[in-house]
Amino acid sequence: MDPHIFLIQLLNGVQYGLLLFLVASGLTLIFGIMGVINLAHGSFYMLGAYLAWSLTAQLGNFWLALLSGFVLSVVLGMLLEWLFIRHLYRRDHLQQVLLTYGLILIFSELRSIVWGDDVHSVAVPALLAGSIPLTETLAYPVYRIWLSIICVVLAAGMYYLIQHTRLGMMIRAGASNREMTQSLGIDIGLLYRLVFAFGIALAAFAGMLAAPVSSVYPGMGNQVLIICFVVVVIGGIGSVKGAMAAALLIGLVDTFGKVVEFEIGGFRVLPELAGMSVFVMMAIVLLWRPEGLFGARLR
Amino acid sequence: MPAADSVKCVDMTDDALIDARGIHAYYGASHILRGVDLLVRRGETIGLMGRNGMGKTTLLKSILGLLPPAAGSVQVRGRDMTGAAPHRIARAGLAYVPEGRGIFPNLSVRENLLMAARAGHDGRNEWTLDRALDTFPRLRERLGHGGQQLSGGEQQMLTIARALLTNPDVLILDEATEGLAPLVAQEIWRVLQGIRESGISSIIVDKNFSAVSTIADRNVMLVKGQTVFQGDSETLRARPQLLQAWLGV
Repeated sequence: MDPHIFLIQLLNGVQYGLLLFLVASGLTLIFGIMGVINLAHGSFYMLGAYLAWSLTAQLGNFWLALLSGFVLSVVLGMLLEWLFIRHLYRRDHLQQVLLTYGLILIFSELRSIVWGDDVHSVAVPALLAGSIPLTETLAYPVYRIWLSIICVVLAAGMYYLIQHTRLGMMIRAGASNREMTQSLGIDIGLLYRLVFAFGIALAAFAGMLAAPVSSVYPGMGNQVLIICFVVVVIGGIGSVKGAMAAALLIGLVDTFGKVVEFEIGGFRVLPELAGMSVFVMMAIVLLWRPEGLFGARLR
Repeated sequence: MPAADSVKCVDMTDDALIDARGIHAYYGASHILRGVDLLVRRGETIGLMGRNGMGKTTLLKSILGLLPPAAGSVQVRGRDMTGAAPHRIARAGLAYVPEGRGIFPNLSVRENLLMAARAGHDGRNEWTLDRALDTFPRLRERLGHGGQQLSGGEQQMLTIARALLTNPDVLILDEATEGLAPLVAQEIWRVLQGIRESGISSIIVDKNFSAVSTIADRNVMLVKGQTVFQGDSETLRARPQLLQAWLGV
């Protein structure tokens, strides 16, 4: 493979993986800390992308759209937690799945009513519209590099928040022993509301960031949800570190799987089969480590 | 108002940190507490006694809001806290050291201590990390260790230190020294004596009758969810038939 093409694919893979991490980290946090399986997580990714499209059109500025979209998502998350999710903590997973599946349908309908079913695109903001030339014919878009950097900054911030702040300590304590945490004077209801709101806001933010590099379309939430569950399972349910490792792994496997052709025992493996490579990898990881790469660190 | 009445008034109500009355509580269908009263005044150490299954832990959990009572009322410093959220009750000045300790195994010793540290409800901040570590020097050596790496005694020290860092009015200890080596248990009793002298009230549950009765100003004995004795340790010791029948000592 040409080294420049390899570099481009590597950057694409890393960028895709980092974006997946933003979505999957919220999913794994909400499960690891609150024990809630949030099937509607992908809907927030979709919602974020539509918000980016609609707010950019309304406000005329991608950056303002990003900021206001994030704030809106946090508010929406707190509202949803208060209305629905907080009733699920002591219930079993089946009821969680039913409720959050219902939310998928509701969000999908609402999206259809408010924004329609068309496919849209969001222009890359002028500031980052350029490309970095690699050779005379190949160039890499600045926006994608910026996107990766933002994801890394967010991941580092999240790591610091969880590992090195008192809020993070309280959150981890709450994941390990809810009753004891409350008895130390900590309002666990408020803590969970924040975690849920922050978790889904991350997914929405990822959708907003992705809008300029991919199209904005109705089914995007469900597609990302499935891959994110693969990330969470490979990484170890509840482990943010595991989500990072698994997301990068999947980003790279998926990206390279689409461009590399090779032969196994005389059979030509087609790039069209790349969609499967991710699931094959999940099967292998689970056979090797059923608890995922990083086990369940939070529980 | 006559002077004698006002003195009595101060004694009975103004100084009451916890005033639980007529507490009934259930676990599922079983009626565990059948109308228990418990009064804790400022500076008082209460020994809560009774065999296993008599309702001691249930009473503590009812007061702490972890198992809201089915009937009865709980007042903390004169404010009604019946059925309030556990974190509100804790912030009113109660700190809990549960049976089995309840340390967070996924947090380091330092994190276990810091996550809960705060000034008391009146802004009092007598218990700082440094003071807690001076009280339990062994914890200082283990600050970076994970909670699950500690011995049983160290875990109990950590739980007590963590409770003290919330600068409480009342420290509530369920099975204060259960399963600890005698020397470690001795150290815990020494610390509890120091806490008593510093003016913090406590409710102590422990199997060691002589240690509890030595430290307690007053004892409350539960049998089948009802109070069968309330009084100072001397009175209790003078009635060996009670101890024999209800505690087996």
